[in-house]
Amino acid sequence: MPLKSVSKTAMPQQPPRERARTFDEVNLGYTEARARYEASRCLQCQEPACEAGCPVGVPIRAFLKEAADGLFQEAFGLVKGAHPLPAMCGRVCPQESQCEKLCHMAARFEPVAIGHLERFVADWERAHREAKTTPPAKRSGPAVAIVGSGPAGLTAAGELAKLGHRVTVFEALHEPGGVLRYGIPEFRLPKAVLDDEIEQLKALGVEIVCNVVIGKTIGLDQLMGEMGFRAVFIGTGAGLPRFLSIPGENLNGVYSANEFLTRINLMKAYRFPVAHTPLKVGSRVAVVGAGNTAMDAARSALRMGASEVRVVYRRSEQEMSAREEEYHHAIEEGVLFQWLTNPARVVGSNEGCVTGLECQPMRLGEPDESGRPRPEPSGEPPFIVPIDTLVVAIGTRPNRLLTKGGGLATASWGGLIVSDDSLETSRPGVFAGGDAVTGAATVILAAGAGRRAAAAIHAKF
Amino acid sequence: MSQGFRILKKERLTPVTNRFVLEAPWVARAARPGQFVIVRVHEHGERIPVTIADFDPAQGTVTVVVQEVGRTSKLFGALTEGGVVLDLVGPLGEPFRAGRGGKLVIGVGGGFGAAALYPVVRSLHQQGVKVEAIIGARSREFVILEGELGRVCERLTTCTDDGSYGFRGFVTDCLKLRLEELKGQDGVEVVAVGPMPMMRAVAGLTAAYHVPTQVSLDPIMIDGTGMCGGCRVTVASEVKFACVDGPFFDAHQVDFAECVRRGKMYACEEAAARAA
Repeated sequence: MPLKSVSKTAMPQQPPRERARTFDEVNLGYTEARARYEASRCLQCQEPACEAGCPVGVPIRAFLKEAADGLFQEAFGLVKGAHPLPAMCGRVCPQESQCEKLCHMAARFEPVAIGHLERFVADWERAHREAKTTPPAKRSGPAVAIVGSGPAGLTAAGELAKLGHRVTVFEALHEPGGVLRYGIPEFRLPKAVLDDEIEQLKALGVEIVCNVVIGKTIGLDQLMGEMGFRAVFIGTGAGLPRFLSIPGENLNGVYSANEFLTRINLMKAYRFPVAHTPLKVGSRVAVVGAGNTAMDAARSALRMGASEVRVVYRRSEQEMSAREEEYHHAIEEGVLFQWLTNPARVVGSNEGCVTGLECQPMRLGEPDESGRPRPEPSGEPPFIVPIDTLVVAIGTRPNRLLTKGGGLATASWGGLIVSDDSLETSRPGVFAGGDAVTGAATVILAAGAGRRAAAAIHAKF
Repeated sequence: MSQGFRILKKERLTPVTNRFVLEAPWVARAARPGQFVIVRVHEHGERIPVTIADFDPAQGTVTVVVQEVGRTSKLFGALTEGGVVLDLVGPLGEPFRAGRGGKLVIGVGGGFGAAALYPVVRSLHQQGVKVEAIIGARSREFVILEGELGRVCERLTTCTDDGSYGFRGFVTDCLKLRLEELKGQDGVEVVAVGPMPMMRAVAGLTAAYHVPTQVSLDPIMIDGTGMCGGCRVTVASEVKFACVDGPFFDAHQVDFAECVRRGKMYACEEAAARAA
């Protein structure tokens, strides 16, 4: 048996100082040799614990075996069979709390870089795919409408098309992709990867209609009545930003992370004035929150030209929800972290522009309902951090536009209520999954829900 | 992704204002008075909100009136009949609802706000509510929709700042005279659409006369579905999103100073874009 490295094979990346000024992807990807070597670190365990950690059941051991043997097409096929978005999930899944956490190598050494390898086989396949000239497949099965073109909707659409359904995806924005388009920045998920995914869906015969807000432009009744859709899948995500509800939050220079990132990602504000949408980013930026969205906003702020960017979080490093890799990248790029710091008030100038953030030092107390230690004021006096831009990234809730008048049962916080096994809502024929049901979660969980709903729809119609 | 929305008719209303009739069957069917659409007219373009000035479900058309003020509205103004608006989504926002017990509604339209006012007063007229309108413009050549409004209003007064046509003065001057005449009469309501300073002045005036008033706010927004939160406004000390909670709000509860300030957020960038 050959000697195996105790460490993960390093992911080649752009140097931190250079990349912190460009939106090009940070991770450059493995070479074939690196990929084969890293895949060969897999112990091929009798009982692959890693697979239990995957929300969509990727046959990890088998795909790593193929990759180690250099059979990348075969490896790709195994991943793609489990879920349709490997190029994306390889990039954005929190592997350290899923598959890689349970890897037997992780007990003593570093786990196999399953995420990097998932990304590699997907990128390899895209680069080696033969151009197809066949026209989109014609489907004749029952028509299904998909509401929202994020990870849940795209996955459901692909699965249903493969099962022979006629699928139409409705998207409110002018480009498809949902949070993959407006939320996740280019330096983490290149839009070419997303565009490729969408082209593949179209080749399967999926029709994508942008500029339609279901619930406003077209109602559920119309979809299922005169338009003849037998079933509807709602994958509208959790797009409603939460704010802090502290004084000064409407001052000029305070953004929700959604607005900040949408201006950059969807509207390409970093190319202003070539792109027509501006985004004003001051030299000192604070981002409130410590999830992936907060990391994306902080790192984007650097790339927009800010000289000092700090993440302000009321809990500590241990409780933050961001992926490990994003946190490390943010530190490498120079983002500052201010733990146990709770924003209390946004301070503004006479003209109404942000000039500072008044913060209350915190400490950790007894566990709260989330099981994490409850942050409480430490007794130290508040202080003011001078800033000129504030981004609020403390989470999102499901949008009620569709559920408000649609006769669908929702929880008090706005999430759709669905049956556990079929993901059908209170309205027969209407299914839902992803963040619209669970509240803000991950791309892979949304994709998994899209897949389950597709199977349930196929079984019923 | 989108084939665009065909421009069936373009008509120049003033030297800086055009009326476009667009083919948008789904929007036309769903539209209600006071709602708006978000459009994008250039491959690298911004998304901007535009009030629906008319809609015809039978013809499948939506009409918008666009005044050329910034880069995007100028690009819009340069579009021609037979061409397309790249992206159009809607109808967005909540339709206008008159207060209960409204016996007389006075619509006040400043500048191209008269266009947004039209479907609102027409629908009130069709419901049998007595409507009057006061519209204003800088001078005669900037007056729009007089004919259309005249047909659905019991009384229409046109004001010009320079006195080149109709009543000489601001719409608020004219509204004040009318409110004096109507003093003591109950069931009077006002709805105002136009530039922020005008709506603010109307709100101040009608508050003094205790006349319930709604204004249509159009702050900076991106998606128009509640996702960006850029359009937040403070109404009765509560934060609202104009795109989904509005665009109509109780004028006497709106924090206009904040609206004005937030509206100027990108003033420098807008000037730079105009120069570009």
